[in-house]
Amino acid sequence: MTEPVLSVRNLQVEFASRRGTLRAIDGVSFDIAKGEVLGVVGESGAGKSVTGLSVIGLIDPPGRISGGEIRLSGLRIDNLQPEEMRRVRGKRIGMIFQDPLTSLNPLYKIGDQIVETIRTHLNLSAQAARRRAIDLLAEVGIPAPEKRIDGYPHEFSGGMRQRVVIALAICAEPELIIADEPTTALDVSVQAQIISLIKRLGRDHGTAVMLVTHDMGVIAEASDRVAVMYAGRVAEIGPVQDVVRNPLHPYAKGLMGAIPTLAGEEKRLVQIPGSMPRLSAIPRGCSFNPRCASAFDRCRVDRPEPLPRGTQSVACHLYDSVPAESAA
Amino acid sequence: MLAFTLRRAIQAIGVMIAVGIISFSMFRFAGDPVNQMVGMDTSGAERAAIRKSLGLDDPVIVQFGRYVGNAAQFKFGVSYQFRLPVANLLMERMPATLELAVVATIFAMVSGILMGVYSALRRDSWLTHVFQAVSLIGISLPTFLIGVLMIYLFSVTLGWLPSFGRGDVVHIGWWTTGLLTLSGLKALIMPSITLGLFQMTLIMRLVRTEMLEVMRTDYIRFARARGLTTRAIHFGHALRNTLVPVITVAGLQFGSVIAFAIITETVFQWPGMGLLFVQAVQNVDIPIMAAYLMMVSLIFVTINLVVDILYTIVDPRLRSTVSRAH
Repeated sequence: MTEPVLSVRNLQVEFASRRGTLRAIDGVSFDIAKGEVLGVVGESGAGKSVTGLSVIGLIDPPGRISGGEIRLSGLRIDNLQPEEMRRVRGKRIGMIFQDPLTSLNPLYKIGDQIVETIRTHLNLSAQAARRRAIDLLAEVGIPAPEKRIDGYPHEFSGGMRQRVVIALAICAEPELIIADEPTTALDVSVQAQIISLIKRLGRDHGTAVMLVTHDMGVIAEASDRVAVMYAGRVAEIGPVQDVVRNPLHPYAKGLMGAIPTLAGEEKRLVQIPGSMPRLSAIPRGCSFNPRCASAFDRCRVDRPEPLPRGTQSVACHLYDSVPAESAA
Repeated sequence: MLAFTLRRAIQAIGVMIAVGIISFSMFRFAGDPVNQMVGMDTSGAERAAIRKSLGLDDPVIVQFGRYVGNAAQFKFGVSYQFRLPVANLLMERMPATLELAVVATIFAMVSGILMGVYSALRRDSWLTHVFQAVSLIGISLPTFLIGVLMIYLFSVTLGWLPSFGRGDVVHIGWWTTGLLTLSGLKALIMPSITLGLFQMTLIMRLVRTEMLEVMRTDYIRFARARGLTTRAIHFGHALRNTLVPVITVAGLQFGSVIAFAIITETVFQWPGMGLLFVQAVQNVDIPIMAAYLMMVSLIFVTINLVVDILYTIVDPRLRSTVSRAH
């Protein structure tokens, strides 16, 4: 098996606050292979975005990576010097943010922003960089790129701006793209276009993609594998069909149950009772136990570790064969 | 763009007409001008003749029209104290005031922006705390006090700089400049710092706040995610976005720098329009006061117009909304 493009092992991220240290990410591990799209899904505050930001090294103080390691094609990147990490950002890891309306500097032509990024990372002349920028704009589906390259961000629609943002993210042929809620701010019709664009680019260039979203529809549509996050941990990870059709973790079951189906009869969607705990009040044992219908004594004491189960991996005591208490 | 400029120009003319009404009415509130021109023993018939010859018995609106017509040609009448045309007096004094105001503004902009950027980027450095303290002094101490303190320190105690006047000046056409002689430059230092200190602190605080704000925006985060160098992010992206509001404020402040020069010019006996105005107030020299009012307003309005146009050049979003709106 070839080395994964991104390998995250036991990642921990902490935020120092006045009330002590809050652990936003606690022991997250996953891999993304070349050309693979990993969907990361979970509620707001589950740690999806923080995971993405820690991979690209953009966690703002007081947050910091306090444990674990992140490897990009084998190279450890979580402990690089700021200047070395800057060279990795944009060059080897591209990032797409949620809101295309605010991601671009309003005072610069989009072409100038692309050329600037290209020339920061690649040794190209201004003309060559401009030609490359036009090609990139064409590739992400901007019509008449040789004309639009001299447009300002406000002259583009939201969907078009997100295409420009994607062009910026891929302009130095990165090995990995982190897309943090890339479609949340867009119209539904545009969402599908952007998702298929990201998917196509990943396939054509062999780029690994980490797709962070809370939208299960987007995950089912675009990703090869999916990681379900809850309260700073990975609850379940596995191939997308398996996790969607046969979720193992009670939280993942709840999430899948909350997806409306077109074909099914009209029945109330299943709701997970309660809400995710705040970082300052994560319960002992499994962090999901207060909301879990199948929780038993051990869940309130022991923290479950991820266990392989078929193609999936799940962090839940229900699937732990060692203790005698069988699944409820 | 043209329509926008034209519309702003028409507004500016409206403002100037309003100022004209105020400065015109100053003459009428300050008593009968004829009384101020003639002696005690002038007969009623002679007074009437003078009044008629000066057009003072015409309807007010006609007089106002004449006043505005003259003002538009920079004819502001004759000064009571100097017996010279006011326009000549003002023109003679203007270079001194403009030179002082421009140097003070450049000082305020350059040091204000540098200090603001530094204190935004290095929030906890000791130099930042020094800058904050200086800006507190600049904002709270009145101008004349700073001027007097500087005179005490640099002129009286140390004897480094002249305490008053403009030094030697060089004539270039009708313009006089102190920038080309050593004594002129030395004389300029303290007045321009005194005059610019308040603007400097204002600009520094504005730049700092704006820059901190801009550094938190998504496009700066995205610029970092693109791997741009810190230098490009700070000075290419953040600073330019910071400067949009700074240009407006600094531009508008230039008008008040000229207006506030009255105090600085008095402290340093700087031979500019402000000093002329203060002397005019002491001697109830209405033509000079009225003309000064008109001149300062004209400068204010012109600057506003220029700032508005500059704004659209720096910020492309305004450019297109402006042209779309018309």
